[in-house]
Amino acid sequence: MLLAYHEQKHQDTHVRPERFLSKFCVSQTVPSQQSASAPGSLAALCRDAVPSPVASGARAGPAQGPLAAQSHHAVRGRSDIISTVEFNYSGDLLATGDKGGRVVIFQREQENKSRPHSRGEYNVYSTFQSHEPEFDYLKSLEIEEKINKIRWLPQQNAAHFLLSTNDKTIKLWKISERDKRAEGYNLKDEDGRLRDPFRITALRVPILKPMDLMVEASPRRIFANAHTYHINSISVNSDHETYLSADDLRINLWHLEITDRSFNIVDIKPVNMEELTEVITAAEFHPHQCNVFVYSSSKGTIRLCDMRSSALCDRHAKFFEEPEDPSSRSFFSEIISSISDVKFSHSGRYMMTRDYLSVKVWDLNMESRPVETHQVHEYLRSKLCSLYENDCIFDKFECCWSGSDSAIMTGSYNNFFRMFDRNTRRDVTLEASRENSKPRASLKPRKVCTGGKRKKDEISVDSLDFNKKILHTAWHPAENIIAVAATNNLYIFQDKVN
Amino acid sequence: MAGAAGPGTGPGAAGGDGDDSLYPIAVLIDELRNEDVQLRLNSIKKLSTIALALGVERTRTELLPFLTDTIYDEDEVLLALAEQLGNFTGLVGGPDFAHCLLPPLESLATVEETVVRDKAVESLRQISQEHTPVALEAHFVPLVKRLASGDWFTSRTSACGLFSVCYPRASNAVKAEIRQHFRSLCSDDTPMVRRAAASKLGEFAKVLELDSVKSEIVPLFTNLASDEQDSVRLLAVEACVSIAQLLSQEDLEALVMPTLRQAAEDKSWRVRYMVADKFSELQKAVGPKITLHDLIPAFQNLLKDCEAEVRAAAAHKVKELCENLPTEGRETIIMNQILPYIKELVSDTNQHVKSALASVIMGLSTILGKENTIEHLLPLFLAQLKDECPEVRLNIISNLDCVNEVIGIRQLSQSLLPAIVELAEDAKWRVRLAIIEYMPLLAGQLVSMCHMLQCIGTVCENLAGEMTSDLFLGSGCVECFTCSACQNLAGIRHCALSPLLPVYAIREAATNNLMKLVQKFGTEWAQNTIVPKVLVMANDPNYLHRMTTLFCINALSEACGQEITTKQMLPIVLKMAGDQVANVRFNVAKSLQKIGPILDTDALQEEVKPVLQKLGQDEDMDVKYFAQEAISAVAQRLRKLDFPVKDSEEPSDPEADKNHFLRPRGPGEDTGKAHRERAARVAPEEAVGAARFRGTDAAKGPAYQLHVNTETHLPNWKLQN
Repeated sequence: MLLAYHEQKHQDTHVRPERFLSKFCVSQTVPSQQSASAPGSLAALCRDAVPSPVASGARAGPAQGPLAAQSHHAVRGRSDIISTVEFNYSGDLLATGDKGGRVVIFQREQENKSRPHSRGEYNVYSTFQSHEPEFDYLKSLEIEEKINKIRWLPQQNAAHFLLSTNDKTIKLWKISERDKRAEGYNLKDEDGRLRDPFRITALRVPILKPMDLMVEASPRRIFANAHTYHINSISVNSDHETYLSADDLRINLWHLEITDRSFNIVDIKPVNMEELTEVITAAEFHPHQCNVFVYSSSKGTIRLCDMRSSALCDRHAKFFEEPEDPSSRSFFSEIISSISDVKFSHSGRYMMTRDYLSVKVWDLNMESRPVETHQVHEYLRSKLCSLYENDCIFDKFECCWSGSDSAIMTGSYNNFFRMFDRNTRRDVTLEASRENSKPRASLKPRKVCTGGKRKKDEISVDSLDFNKKILHTAWHPAENIIAVAATNNLYIFQDKVN
Repeated sequence: MAGAAGPGTGPGAAGGDGDDSLYPIAVLIDELRNEDVQLRLNSIKKLSTIALALGVERTRTELLPFLTDTIYDEDEVLLALAEQLGNFTGLVGGPDFAHCLLPPLESLATVEETVVRDKAVESLRQISQEHTPVALEAHFVPLVKRLASGDWFTSRTSACGLFSVCYPRASNAVKAEIRQHFRSLCSDDTPMVRRAAASKLGEFAKVLELDSVKSEIVPLFTNLASDEQDSVRLLAVEACVSIAQLLSQEDLEALVMPTLRQAAEDKSWRVRYMVADKFSELQKAVGPKITLHDLIPAFQNLLKDCEAEVRAAAAHKVKELCENLPTEGRETIIMNQILPYIKELVSDTNQHVKSALASVIMGLSTILGKENTIEHLLPLFLAQLKDECPEVRLNIISNLDCVNEVIGIRQLSQSLLPAIVELAEDAKWRVRLAIIEYMPLLAGQLVSMCHMLQCIGTVCENLAGEMTSDLFLGSGCVECFTCSACQNLAGIRHCALSPLLPVYAIREAATNNLMKLVQKFGTEWAQNTIVPKVLVMANDPNYLHRMTTLFCINALSEACGQEITTKQMLPIVLKMAGDQVANVRFNVAKSLQKIGPILDTDALQEEVKPVLQKLGQDEDMDVKYFAQEAISAVAQRLRKLDFPVKDSEEPSDPEADKNHFLRPRGPGEDTGKAHRERAARVAPEEAVGAARFRGTDAAKGPAYQLHVNTETHLPNWKLQN
């Protein structure tokens, strides 16, 4: 069922619209930046961008010298690399964050009679600069603007809200629409000329007139100064009023309406930093039970905590760990067992963890071992040495559940991503790339050659491109629509309807 | 910049003559849409002016529809709008037209910002009272229903607060509907709505008939109290208080107590915390009988709860609980059922629990009486005075006076004073400060208690850190004291003046004590013992101590009277006007202003004025500022005495309002932001000290705290003379 994806669209999402914006509105504040760029024009621009010869894929290569040199972001690497992807609760909006601190929100087009296939197309809805690079003068530390995570809040009124975070600061954004404009001034004519104040004989109350839809993104709250280390996760609680933020050593609990106070609920910092043996790599709240959250560690273990039992959750309620197989132990064992992502299933019964080579599904009721283990790219086990040398072994791959929890997805190298059907135990490797897939054509499964002789259509392990990695993926909460971030490209695929 | 948009659009002359009734209103209306939030806010705050100018008809047909769709604005503006609309009935044509105000408030009741929503609900409740019963059912009840069945939970949460105002005035059929709506909100899918319903449950129960309370509210309460989300369950505890007040003892036992017992043992510590936090209210609501056989055991459990937060909350309530017990048999209950648990808490592992207990435990002594206090409580106090956590020690010391009343000073001095003396050299300055503040209380008993004096002397000695023989010079001063008393008083004085007290707050407290002591012992004593000591400090190499001289003089001058002030103190103050440090110089100006009223006019005219005028030409702007202040004060006094004054330089009032009439924006104007809940951060000690200083003086003058703050940050910083 999952295998019939077709590439719905290439969207050169970040490069062009953003360049456009930054060229014209560099120093403006966020709301005005929004008003300067009505979403219609952005979407149009984006659509134009697709067939344009300046394909983003061409830019992804190493031949970036002259371009990179222009931008100050280049010092830290490319600013348009997507760093997080997240659907909202209904799936109608998709948010991406990038290294340059920008957030782009895509909206799904509604069913349209004249263009029957337009349903499911995601177009740019709003773009805004969420974080700016900062400098911590007390610690002499540069704070990157890169968006580490985006989390949507459950919808509470006509506006949409999301949390975005960089290494240190979490921000709550409101994305709202405006389609009316007030008209009629007392002191000015329609064309803006001043009236003679002596001749004002009657008062005019402004009248609201319809206008083109305008989408505004406004920062509502800033939750700062609570993390000493880098924030790796944020997660909204099912009680709709609190959320957690986790850094390398601590987890804090916030109230969504209170910015100047947070509660530390987990602190694994040893008194003596030399005794440090593990760090927190990810944390998430249970989807239904407001008192339960889990956090994973670099040692490959997961701790489940119950906030009911005590205000400080330094003692866990459950501890998930798979006993290590002594036969496969090597220098890299510890590094590759580090968990890079943990996600609860929608049902709340299972959770999934991603380590370097595999993805595991745990039943919350069984702590001793996972109920499923899927190999993502086992063929890399022999290449760990070179992956260590080029630092790829520290890549943090994320993973996600399908809406029905029946399938899971995670990324790999060479623009490959993997899907596992939990019921049929089938798995598939797909490639997100502009060259190898045409719009509305099904994606072909790819295969990596592991043995001696390479068959046709197979790719040898040695020819994999480790610079093209898919770290961030997202799955529509109800339908088989997936979003895959491949460096600076966002691909959206969906189940082929017919 | 802000002003440019307003007057820029029309010449200022228009405000003066011409059509002076319409122009300002026209500006106000246009500024409802100004880009500057502050201007929009101003306009909204003058909405009644606009409505008055438009008349009731146009307000209803034009202004309100416009406002209904203006909910895109900033929170501050929306908050102000919601507030304004609550008082708008008269401006739309009286109670008959009050329903016109519902649409804008309805849209405000759906915004995401809680403060705005709450304010809109508050205004709606206000307006509901102005509806006639007919209008209420025709307009208000439908609004409540619309909100209650709205798509977004923001509107449903707002609806929860409106049931109780329309229920009492509705007909029976409508009442049934309202109850039905409330029921469905109590089982809403969204926890936000269930929380809102739970928090309004008690209020709604109060307006319901008793039968409905029993048949409908109690089941709802039971459901909410066993909600899967602990954030909902904990709110049910609050509702429990109101419901319990409505029911008879029998019903209470049958309907509410099972739920309450369950809440006190809830799996979630937050719920148990809530029970502990609301314990006094619960105790009052359920009455003495249930308290005895249900709440006391529950309280014992809370006192030994596994979660420190819960224990701390319970410890806070110990005193109130004991006070509210029926007087008959109270002592036995406390001694047998509460005290054993308290004894354990004194050695709790968590310092918050201990300090919570320490803040109330002294209150028990009045309830238990002298015998029990001495036998059972004093050992606990002593243990807490030696606690490793400064907060605990501090809480005990600051409440010593209530024990004082019960067991008397003699007992107190014998048992507690040695411990207090030790504390005088505590490492935490807050503890030392508390000791100093406690001293006048002890000094009040001085005459009869030589032993005490010795102790106090030692306290002071410790505080001062050293006590050299020259400090005893004051002996032989006042006849009514024994020699040792005087020695010890010298100790007190020394402590008050101690150059070794680094923190400003302590020096300030010490100075204030000085005044109290002088009032107690008379001027002669002051002249012989204190004044010389103070004056010697004027030559101290440390400018902080030189300033202390000035502070002491401020405090002493009034008590000492004109003669001593003019003869002994004034020359020193005047001499210090030439000090190198600007802080000292402007404090001289302040001191002169302060002692001015005590001096005679000759001294004022001949000595004070020239010095002040010289300071008025100082290179430092702060010195100049305070000199000006002082000059005008002195000039005023001279004028009162009919003395011819040539140069009465009144400094111009910086606050003078030169603004356009439409924009009187004071700096302190409420922007609405203050309404958002803000919790105080725990500031570091130094910052608190600094804030204290700023709080007292900074409001008066320019930003001179730049100078002064250094003293709290650099306590040992010496200036070269």
